[in-house]
Amino acid sequence: MSYFSLEYIAMITGFLLIVLGIWAILTYKNLLKIVIGFSLFDTGINIIIVSIAYVKNSTAPIIDSAVSLKDAVNKIADPVPQALVLTSIVIGLGVTALMLAYVLKLYQDKKTLDIESFTDLKW
Amino acid sequence: MLKKGLILAILIGFSLMFIPLIQNFHGNDKLSDLAKYYTENAEHGAGAANIVTAIVITYRGLDTLGEVVILFLTASVIGFFLKISKSEKDETLRFSKLRKTSELLETATKALVPTIFMFGVYIFINGHLTPGGGFQGGAVIATGFVLMLLANPQFKVNHKVIEYIESLSGFSFAILGALGAIIGLGFLDNKILPLGTFGELLSAGIIPVIYSFIGLKVGAELSGIVETLSENQSEIEI
Repeated sequence: MSYFSLEYIAMITGFLLIVLGIWAILTYKNLLKIVIGFSLFDTGINIIIVSIAYVKNSTAPIIDSAVSLKDAVNKIADPVPQALVLTSIVIGLGVTALMLAYVLKLYQDKKTLDIESFTDLKW
Repeated sequence: MLKKGLILAILIGFSLMFIPLIQNFHGNDKLSDLAKYYTENAEHGAGAANIVTAIVITYRGLDTLGEVVILFLTASVIGFFLKISKSEKDETLRFSKLRKTSELLETATKALVPTIFMFGVYIFINGHLTPGGGFQGGAVIATGFVLMLLANPQFKVNHKVIEYIESLSGFSFAILGALGAIIGLGFLDNKILPLGTFGELLSAGIIPVIYSFIGLKVGAELSGIVETLSENQSEIEI
């Protein structure tokens, strides 16, 4: 078992991105940077799902001149998680857009992006 | 100090959680049974050369309908949330403050935008043959729109047109799904149009039609979101 094959590299990158995203969410004070942290978190999870779907020495699940219909079963990667990731990317985009709209609204209210100045819900 | 320690503890905890996951992962040597079924039935089941598209539009078509609804909700919530209220006077005041865009950007935009739109349409029409599809093509169309907005900040898109494109394509998607239930075997059945020759542009039944509608819808929605955000940003600057 080598940690330098494609699926391991993708998976470890995904985990690093998740940790980086959590770190950004927890440490930064700027609301826009926190949104970027959430976006990194999202990307990391998507990369991990795709890396789980990888079949050794396989190619993309598209049948064309490179992959004939007959031996497609032995040549392609698992298409199901890839289809799920497509959905997850679109939902992630919607979440990011909503967060950005909320940041814009907060900025219009207080004229600052510093999260420390939003203390209305602090107990 | 305590806060930093807690953050560090959370990060280390997450990292420790991932280590056994990586150690227990051994990679796959062959496809799962479900994926095998989809691949073996690629030609006579859905008829799309891109198996991911076949899953997204046909086998898991209902999920995609839900996904499109979520995107629609995002666009409408943002439009509702960031309502703009400004007069013509503020508008001219703001644009007089902005730096003029360079001639390079303006000329390049005129040359590039039609090409970008065409490329987006190409991506979503060929969604069942090549890597691509409605969501990707729609995103490419929205980038062309962003370029137009950068070159000319005064550029206004007609909200009515965007709304009509969006609602008509969403409506057609749902109608096509319902037609499958009436004529064909079930909701979103793709065999209500002939499957055609495998691997050609006009094949895979209803998939290219649905993906074109999704592409138009996503392009219109993302453009609408960008437009609303940029209009609101202008309100801040005054």
